[in-house]
Amino acid sequence: MDTFLWGVLPYVALVLLIAGTLWRYRYDKFGWTTRSSQVYESRLLNIASPAFHYGILFVLVGHLMGLFVPESWTNAVGLKERAYHLLSLYGGTAAGVLAVAGIALLLYRRRTNTPVFRATTRNDKLMYAVLLAAVIMGMWAKLTNSSPSSGYNYRETIAPWARSIFTLRPDISAMEGVPLTYRIHAVIGLTLIALVPFTRLIHMFSAPVQYLFRPYVVYRSRGAGELGRRKERRGWEKVDS
Amino acid sequence: MRVLAQIAMVMNLDKCIGCHTCSVTCKQTWTNRSGMEYVWFNNVETRPGQGYPRRYEDQEKWRGGWELNRRGALKLKSGGRFHALATIFSNPVLPEIKDYYEPWTYEYKNLTDAPLGDDYPVAEPRSLITGKPMKIEWSSNWDDNLGGGAEGVAADPMVAKAQARETADRAAVQVKAAFEQTFMFYLPRICEHCLNPACVASCPSGAMYKRTEDGIVLVDQDRCRGWRKCVTGCPYKKVYFNHRTGKAEKCTLCYPRLEVGLPTVCSETCVGRLRYLGVVLYDADKVTAAASTPDEKALYEAQLGVFLDPADPEVRRAAERDGIPHDWIEAARRSPVYALISTYRVALPLHPEYRTMPMVWYVPPLSPVVEALTGTGHDGEDAGNLFGAIDTLRIPLEYLAELFTAGDVGPVRAALERLAAMRSYMRGVNLGDPADPSVPARVGMTPQDIEDMYRLLAVAKYEERYVIPTAAVGDARRLEESAVPDGCGLDAPGGPGMLPSGPPGAGPFGDDSGTYQGLPLVTIENFHASRRRQTADDVSAEEEL
Repeated sequence: MDTFLWGVLPYVALVLLIAGTLWRYRYDKFGWTTRSSQVYESRLLNIASPAFHYGILFVLVGHLMGLFVPESWTNAVGLKERAYHLLSLYGGTAAGVLAVAGIALLLYRRRTNTPVFRATTRNDKLMYAVLLAAVIMGMWAKLTNSSPSSGYNYRETIAPWARSIFTLRPDISAMEGVPLTYRIHAVIGLTLIALVPFTRLIHMFSAPVQYLFRPYVVYRSRGAGELGRRKERRGWEKVDS
Repeated sequence: MRVLAQIAMVMNLDKCIGCHTCSVTCKQTWTNRSGMEYVWFNNVETRPGQGYPRRYEDQEKWRGGWELNRRGALKLKSGGRFHALATIFSNPVLPEIKDYYEPWTYEYKNLTDAPLGDDYPVAEPRSLITGKPMKIEWSSNWDDNLGGGAEGVAADPMVAKAQARETADRAAVQVKAAFEQTFMFYLPRICEHCLNPACVASCPSGAMYKRTEDGIVLVDQDRCRGWRKCVTGCPYKKVYFNHRTGKAEKCTLCYPRLEVGLPTVCSETCVGRLRYLGVVLYDADKVTAAASTPDEKALYEAQLGVFLDPADPEVRRAAERDGIPHDWIEAARRSPVYALISTYRVALPLHPEYRTMPMVWYVPPLSPVVEALTGTGHDGEDAGNLFGAIDTLRIPLEYLAELFTAGDVGPVRAALERLAAMRSYMRGVNLGDPADPSVPARVGMTPQDIEDMYRLLAVAKYEERYVIPTAAVGDARRLEESAVPDGCGLDAPGGPGMLPSGPPGAGPFGDDSGTYQGLPLVTIENFHASRRRQTADDVSAEEEL
């Protein structure tokens, strides 16, 4: 079981993430969008959506820092475990609370606003369930295993395991003795990663940074091949999308 | 100089009867789909009125278009690039569907399926957004024909703006809203296909673009990521969000039709024949400078300065150098749009103060003047009366100026005076009075100019109103036609194939009798020939085939 969870599942998730994203890019560029519901309801979204997104971005940065910056490096720049723990506890919790408050408001809006709820697909519901579970479980794991004075140091267990995945020699033994809540959080997180290409979460890969550097007005030539009918595409044509 | 070609449109508001045929045919063609129920790429507004979406011209609220920053450079009114990315998680000023209107259908099934009872069954309105029964309170033309009453007139942002100007004589700017005193006109609107499009500039994904060949502004549906910045960026609110697909959609100027030389659906079906389509050549290098003109009122002149005269040999050389096909340059020379905009200067841009350099221009409405004058017992078409009356329009010049020239009354008055001069002069011509060259002279035109303008505005046929060079088919047609000789080789004088010299088919005993010696030779009827036949305004054009 441990081998499956910590030795196989991460690779399944990563392969699904990469292959799925490539597949989606090639065959479903048209569906590559967040299908925003802002035209139905703007007031709540204007508060909830930035709160959630900024929160989750900080959470993401925290995860990257915790998992992929070895403890020896932070020690080397003089950030001791205790200071790091406080940073991760307060910073992480603040970001987490922001994200949880945002997603709670978003879910409330999605459920109570009829047009928004009508526009919610089963795919969206599954995504919301997994995303919410991941965020809640993460908060729970952190808060139940920490106090201001000391906390569970995942940088000695989970982080080496996470790094070992990318060296293709998964260190399954590192996950032994990790509190159950952290393990559940990790599994849900891996599921979420696997789901990204197949849900609206795909929009995270279209962060339009190039907007900062391009000229304002874009000119494009029609191109010789674009006169007349377009080529038939692979798969079924959507009739009423 | 970098010459680019743009397909532009002019609408003659004098002729618009507000029948909404353009809107309906456009809707049937382009937005007759779920997710687009509330969308009208073409809509007809009654002015004064709120417009669609409601009060879209209030840019302090909707933040559309461009403004100048402190250094005098162009900046999107909705905020700079960093601001755009920082607010990408929700657009702070996106119009909601209810700002357009909540689309609905009727529960028709109830009419046939209702159980027998004392009351007639009714088809209840159902929202297409919530699926629930709804009260219909607004739609794209709810205040049609001033249906909104005096409150609707007062809610027009341009009325308020005209009255707020420091120079305004408030009494003169009062738009009369009382019953039997008021007046209105119709304003059909499509995407402006601007030279300096704010929607394109606001698109973070780079999915919106302006086509180099014909200047049409389009959304690449595969690259749009649904960030909705373009909806805010467009000051005319002519980019719409498809809430089913999550992508932006907009008027395409019917490019699949234009590419084969057909006019847009709205033009084709316009009952009043008030739309003109044609090529305008412009200098792409001058656009940004012109759009940055500090004085809003000078933007109209600045935009005229960007257009290039297709009759100028230097312009034609530069156009060929920049790869504009020959038939496009020829089309630009015959362009009715260029004539109305630059030669006769009777067409004006809609809201130049948005600094987007719009390319759908309008001939301002004159009709009420003549009617009003005639009503007071004066000769409505006498030049002297007409010129004087222009300043006392029921729709004040100041109001038209807010729409078309950023508040500068001068160009509006000049355009209306030219139209008035045309009426007065042409009436004389048609009644057989001695031509009075002093009337055209008063508006700086020659009698010939006036007659040409009259022809374009009053009697222009299909082929004169829509001068559209095709994309590639134009070349194909030339090749096809060159393979077929102009006449038959046997048609030499006295030869066996000699056809009668009169109109074919006219013989001594009626059509097709007597000298008729076989079928007349025609080239194979190709796509263009059949189109000409189907769209000709009179029968003689058919016989030319």
